Amino acid sequence: MEKNAGFMHALKCRECGREYPLTATHVCEYDFGPLEVAYDYDRIKRTLTRNNIASRPKSMWRYRELLPVAGDPTVGQQVGFTPLVKADRLAAKLGIRELWIKNDTVNYPTLSFKDRVVSVALSRARELGFDVVACASTGNLANSVAANAAAAGLKAYVFIPSDLEQGKVVNSLIYGARVVGIKGHYDEVNRLCAEIAGKFGWAFVNVNMRPYYAEGSKSMGYEIAEQLGWQVPQHTVVPMASGSLLTKIRKAYQELIRLGLVREQPHRIHGAQATGCSPISVAQKAGLDFFKPVKPDTIAKSLAIGTPADGFYALKVMQETNGSAEDVTDDEIREGIRLLAEHEGIFAETAGGVTVGVAKKLIASGRIPSDESAVLCITGHGLKTLDAVAGHVGRAAEIKPSLREFEALVATEDQSIVNT
Amino acid sequence: MSKTVRIPTPLRKLTNNEELVEVNGSTVGEIITELQTRYPGFQERLLDDKGQIRRFVNIYVNEEDVRFLENQSTALKEGDEVSIIPAIAGG
Repeated sequence: MEKNAGFMHALKCRECGREYPLTATHVCEYDFGPLEVAYDYDRIKRTLTRNNIASRPKSMWRYRELLPVAGDPTVGQQVGFTPLVKADRLAAKLGIRELWIKNDTVNYPTLSFKDRVVSVALSRARELGFDVVACASTGNLANSVAANAAAAGLKAYVFIPSDLEQGKVVNSLIYGARVVGIKGHYDEVNRLCAEIAGKFGWAFVNVNMRPYYAEGSKSMGYEIAEQLGWQVPQHTVVPMASGSLLTKIRKAYQELIRLGLVREQPHRIHGAQATGCSPISVAQKAGLDFFKPVKPDTIAKSLAIGTPADGFYALKVMQETNGSAEDVTDDEIREGIRLLAEHEGIFAETAGGVTVGVAKKLIASGRIPSDESAVLCITGHGLKTLDAVAGHVGRAAEIKPSLREFEALVATEDQSIVNT
Repeated sequence: MSKTVRIPTPLRKLTNNEELVEVNGSTVGEIITELQTRYPGFQERLLDDKGQIRRFVNIYVNEEDVRFLENQSTALKEGDEVSIIPAIAGG
């Protein structure tokens, strides 16, 4: 084990608690349980204060004691600290007192929350001596691994389902990464990558580097709490693919409470899925603590994981926090994208449409009471999934460069403008 | 007759680092028992106290998850390939 492991203590199995050295490994040898980074919170408590955090640059690394790198981060120092937008117009539309958008559509550098996890995974991969990095991805992770690896001078292999949106494919190729399209859905890409990771000595960010990688998601939770003036929101709505982000946001809130940085108060965490791939929300609604794997069929490809690795823990978090899950159809996803765009000027990818659509349902059904406050986690930019909404947003009007034609056009559309 | 099992990294300590193992069992359940006889400790890694496949273990027959087939009763034929794979995070 490294002599200086920062504030990390060990990797620990979430199922049986066995501890492992802080290497590139992700599964307990005894029960296949996922390994998670354990920290020395007593030491962290002595150095991490609100003032200390406030004095640092506005990036996710202002919480570095709680992120799993031994030394200073070397990849993605600028990632994170995205805006928390008070969404008054959308709040009025959805019928809730207070609504906030955690806007990771403008995360640096690849416009999704995946830059958070990749920054951690690649910084740690370098510490462990790797020079080739790889991932299994539904698109956003591939973009982020490709870009961050390029900036760090690491070689990257990214594996994606071959039917992915073109935007996400080009967005990985441009950085010079080797992109491999697999003829199958994400769960099949995942299975192949587990086998490749066992054979090639690479840092697979969501396979053998997963314990470090997944911790990067916590930074979204720390930022939400800090941006709300150091408090945990009453409601947080989180999109679920593998369920990892939802469990890490819960962990972030709990760590802040444990370190005395926020006051303990009830907080409910809700999960959002697409109906075409909803193993976790179906289980939650049925009151089950296990899920049935499905074959995905949804426009929300970034959430299309039919065998969600953290589904079990996501169900547990929702149960513990009295949260709930819901899912929305493809049409409701498109409507959610439009609601966010038309009311807040934020263009989210399909996963954002899922989160807004689910929030709408939860508010309408009273599972999020209308006199309370909620934060929606919007995780990726709409320009990445243009295919999903193109053809559903109307068309640009086309006229000759003639004032008369324009006046005729306006006259047919909007009398209020003509009369002013 | 012969089917192949692809052994994942976390279990190779049990198989003396063998990556591919030939087996004869005619169902997924039978090959787990067969592997347990050859490599003591194998079964408890895959199955919980109730004999069910552990929640973080995925078993595939020719690339299909056995939970979409007939779990441990899934029948195997000559030449089939069985993979044992830990659950993976999202992407």
